Amino acid sequence: MDKTNPLRRALARLVGHAITLFARFITAVRADWRGIEPVRRQRVYFANHTSNGDMPMIWSVLPPALRRDTRPVAAADYWLRNRLRAFVGAEVFRAVLIDRRPEARSEDPMAKIIAALDEGASLIIFPEGNRNMGTNPLLPFKAGLYNIGRAHPRVDLVPAWIANLNTIMPKGEVIPLPLICTVTFGAPLHIGEGEDKDAFLARAAAALLALAPRQSGGAA
Amino acid sequence: MTATTLDMLLLALGVFGVMVGLTALGEALRARLGTHENHPVIETYMTRVRSWWAMVILLSLALLSGRTGVLILFGFVSFAALREFLTLTAKSQADHIALATAFFMILPAQYILIGMDWPGLFSILIPVYAFLLLPIVSVLRGDANRFLIRVAETQWGLMICVYCASHLPALMTLDIVGYGDRAVLLIAFLVLVVQLGDLLEYYFGRRLGGRRVAPGISPKTWAGMAAGIASAALIGGLLHWVTPFGPLGAMAMAAVATTTGLFGNIVFAAIRRDKGVKDWSHLIPGQGGIMDQLDSVAFAAPVFYHLTRLIWG
Repeated sequence: MDKTNPLRRALARLVGHAITLFARFITAVRADWRGIEPVRRQRVYFANHTSNGDMPMIWSVLPPALRRDTRPVAAADYWLRNRLRAFVGAEVFRAVLIDRRPEARSEDPMAKIIAALDEGASLIIFPEGNRNMGTNPLLPFKAGLYNIGRAHPRVDLVPAWIANLNTIMPKGEVIPLPLICTVTFGAPLHIGEGEDKDAFLARAAAALLALAPRQSGGAA
Repeated sequence: MTATTLDMLLLALGVFGVMVGLTALGEALRARLGTHENHPVIETYMTRVRSWWAMVILLSLALLSGRTGVLILFGFVSFAALREFLTLTAKSQADHIALATAFFMILPAQYILIGMDWPGLFSILIPVYAFLLLPIVSVLRGDANRFLIRVAETQWGLMICVYCASHLPALMTLDIVGYGDRAVLLIAFLVLVVQLGDLLEYYFGRRLGGRRVAPGISPKTWAGMAAGIASAALIGGLLHWVTPFGPLGAMAMAAVATTTGLFGNIVFAAIRRDKGVKDWSHLIPGQGGIMDQLDSVAFAAPVFYHLTRLIWG
């Protein structure tokens, strides 16, 4: 597989456009830049995770110039399962693929994430680690976000709330429902002087949760 | 070129003329305030004018392209409106298949039946068959929590966004003696009088003030409503040459359609308030969602359709 093949890169761009168009057609997905401006800065967007559609949604609402700089952090066991996924994950989204299974991996996932930041990329991460299937709006965050903030203290950590996707494409359903999805970006966070891991993760989770819209439609 | 196409072009040119006037007004105001100052009221106005341009051009193209174009345009309008409506209604995962059925089967079926000119079926598909089918599909997934609210709100969305809105293209299927293929002009007539009536009601309502129609829900006043309906009737009279109604008939039809539309507007203000939103979405820059544009026309369309069919059909 030659990733520098221009035809292959053109195909990857085309598939990327198709994904954003499909996301717009089904969900009219829209960004609400509440706490930041959509400008090119190195950022780590951290979002709630309820559906496999979450990452493509954030990716679709980023303006193209920002999207080119931004790489999602995603699970290798999901994105390498077949050749199509390997193409979409690695070449369309240019994901930083990490292995969630400690026994199977050869590299330290945090080292891969830090390496991507060293190269200047912005990242999309889901600090809950897994898709949230319960009734709690957020699962406890894993330590990754804190470690990123410690290693790259100047990078903005931006909370991004994805609304409605658990209704649009819940686990176990095949057809996505065309309902409106909004991604709300909050004000950037940085780890405070002497702030410990638990305090920072609690503050980050609260900042993310504060962006969630009031549930008016009832059962979500 | 047929007489219908010619009339449609004349009508489109007239509307374009009005739009050019509105755009020029905004540019003149902009120029008077200087280019460096971004006046929020003028910028909002210009955003709205741009959105109106897009709507006018889309509708004109669809009407000129004929039946299929009109059906496709309103099919997508219904789709976008239903998407906004059902985003805010009560639902649970048990309704997933029922909601997908509403979007991907009932909605296209309604427009296909209109295209097939089958009024016997398109006028009962949603109020009878979707009404019976969707709760059955939901109940099979076994979640009784807030069941009636979920089912009722879904049905209400289908009725307004698909059933009522589809009565606009359904006007094309009417057989009016001596009117030939001109029924497509009725769509332009209805949309124009109701939208302009809305706009003028807003303008007069702000100027005249007075007692409110529905205090606590909408700022509409009785005086503003009366002025809006009267101006819509005048506009309807001026446009009578595209209708089979005659001058007085066109005025009466415009007044009835606008009255229904304005009350529909108040109903939707109550729904937005109940759901805690200001606009239905952000799809149309400066105007909110499709539903914010469609509410009055959707209320007026079935009434207009049935009156036309009863009296002139």
